[in-house]
Amino acid sequence: MTLAADERVADVGLARRLLIRPELGAVVGLVVVFVFFASQSPVFRSLDGIANWLDPAATLGIMAVAVALLMIGGEFDLSAGVLTGTSGLILVTLATRYGFSVWAAMLVGLVVALAIGLANGLVVTRTRLPSFIVTLGTFLMLQGLNLGVTKAITGTVQVSGLRRASGFEAANAILAGTIQIGGTSFRVAILWWILVTAVATWVLMRSKAGNWIFAVGGNEQAARAVGVAAARTKIALFMTTAFAAWLVGSILALRYTSVQANIGIGQEFIYIIAAVIGGCLLTGGYGSAIGAAIGAVIFGMADKGIVFLGWNADWFKFFLGAMLLLATLANRLVRRYAEEVKH
Amino acid sequence: MRRTPIVLALLGALAVSGCSSSGGQSAQSAPAASSAAAPAAASASFAVITHAGAGDSFWDVVKNGAEAAGKQYGVKVTYQGDGDPAKQSQLIDQAVSEKVDGIVVSMANPDALKEAIGKAVAAKIPVVTINSGADSSKAFGAITHVGQSEDVAGRGAGEQLKAAGVTKLLCVIHEAGNVGLDQRCKGAEQTLGGTVERLQVDVSNLADVTSKVTAKLQSDKQVNGVLALNPAVAIAARDAIKDSGSPAKLATFDLSGDVVSAIKDGEILFAVDQQQYLQGYLPITFLNLYKNNLNTVGGGLPVNTGPGFVTKDNAEQVAKLAEAGTR
Repeated sequence: MTLAADERVADVGLARRLLIRPELGAVVGLVVVFVFFASQSPVFRSLDGIANWLDPAATLGIMAVAVALLMIGGEFDLSAGVLTGTSGLILVTLATRYGFSVWAAMLVGLVVALAIGLANGLVVTRTRLPSFIVTLGTFLMLQGLNLGVTKAITGTVQVSGLRRASGFEAANAILAGTIQIGGTSFRVAILWWILVTAVATWVLMRSKAGNWIFAVGGNEQAARAVGVAAARTKIALFMTTAFAAWLVGSILALRYTSVQANIGIGQEFIYIIAAVIGGCLLTGGYGSAIGAAIGAVIFGMADKGIVFLGWNADWFKFFLGAMLLLATLANRLVRRYAEEVKH
Repeated sequence: MRRTPIVLALLGALAVSGCSSSGGQSAQSAPAASSAAAPAAASASFAVITHAGAGDSFWDVVKNGAEAAGKQYGVKVTYQGDGDPAKQSQLIDQAVSEKVDGIVVSMANPDALKEAIGKAVAAKIPVVTINSGADSSKAFGAITHVGQSEDVAGRGAGEQLKAAGVTKLLCVIHEAGNVGLDQRCKGAEQTLGGTVERLQVDVSNLADVTSKVTAKLQSDKQVNGVLALNPAVAIAARDAIKDSGSPAKLATFDLSGDVVSAIKDGEILFAVDQQQYLQGYLPITFLNLYKNNLNTVGGGLPVNTGPGFVTKDNAEQVAKLAEAGTR
């Protein structure tokens, strides 16, 4: 007895299920970029080289994953890059000028970062202004605050000396240390990046909050109509991005033990680029956290690979831009193909 | 009221164990194959890693100097730069992975580069620091420092401006994160005997530099001197002085073809010249000598490349050289 198969409940093969994942394009891009550089530079594919390009990928990846969640929820945060600087500046200034322990200074930094995320979220949800404009405002204000407050308190444009603060050794080991694998030191930040990606993926795919995020990014009106707390979800997403900025800001401050007042400017677009390479749509409602993490790896590989190949630094940005465009294009092609398979 | 648990979820685990602190230099001493294992005698490879992004007129001359020395000695020279100290450290890490024969680093933010330079030193790769960071150079294990003391240069500029009758000086800072620029302004403040006001601008937006300086000159008629700290900023400031009709005298740090012709025309009083070509050329020379003959230069003291002053008297000769990209 065979009933006419309903295509909506048809059994979908593994290959197809893989093909329609948003991060598939990024995986293909990852393989292409890796093979390209690895075939030309032996250092690039050595353990040392891998540690080199995973290093920028880790901190970028933590941010990209948070920004991806926010973008899936239909919003942007242009203040995220500068906020890493703000968090770092608070940490180093409090710990070196006001006698705070590193942990206490980090806690204050976290509270301030979350407050800024909350403010971003409240303004966006209450005023219905585009988050692009709201966070552009926050971006400029933070940039001014970072420089103004740092100059006012310290009389200089970079605060340093975190190494001497109490609690530095432990905090440094946990957030900014290294682990030895096969005689090569890898950054601990890589573990944090994996943890953040895992948590974000779980939230997106397995929790109610994840459904809400897709819902508010896909169609906010409809989401509201079926009882999704849209404003609350968006505010939480802005605060998550702020949390990630705090984490990355603290990691960088602990590693370099000094922070410049102009740090993080321009990074916000790199986060968005990584998320888009990873399969996020600029219009929201679609994307993946793992994809964003992979996007960060692609960026890290291109960023460092070009140096390993010894191409003239004057042309560096051109190659980087071309590489990213190609990765995004490849991503797009694969996704279009995948969607054809789906129907 | 329910709340979305994302933030709390992310806040979760702060207890990851099993990670070892890097703790600076002590950690790893890579197999010391760097210089000995170079395949052929002539093919040494040196990396120059500065804190300036591509396209900066000052650093382009450093790059030219380093590349000219590379050609002279038949060694490979790569030039990279990034204003973000995190990225600069990563570039140093990369050079260490590539086991280059020597590294040249400018240290605008020495603290942040400490770990990366420590790794290079631990891997027995000789390091020469250039430009900024003279105070930390020796402590970090560099074999020598090639540059110009910011403080001394600033004081020199202050003296010259005082002699020209400047009483209220505008010091134009063009990179927010660079301590060296602030030291120049402080140095000028010490010898000028008048007041020095600082103006923060962004060197990558020169149109904005002109309008900011114009606004300042229009709003404060007392300002009778402007000190630019970068040649491109100097040209922007020259336009600002013209636009605002201010009688302010202009001086600058560092040269470009445009600055030299402006000095010839009397639009710029003088330029403090740190002869940055030497900051590219000499380190490659020193590293090459170190590699082939184990020579160290300077006896533990910085090697000074300046300050010299370019005025109307010698501008003519310097002009030709600046246009060729070596001054």
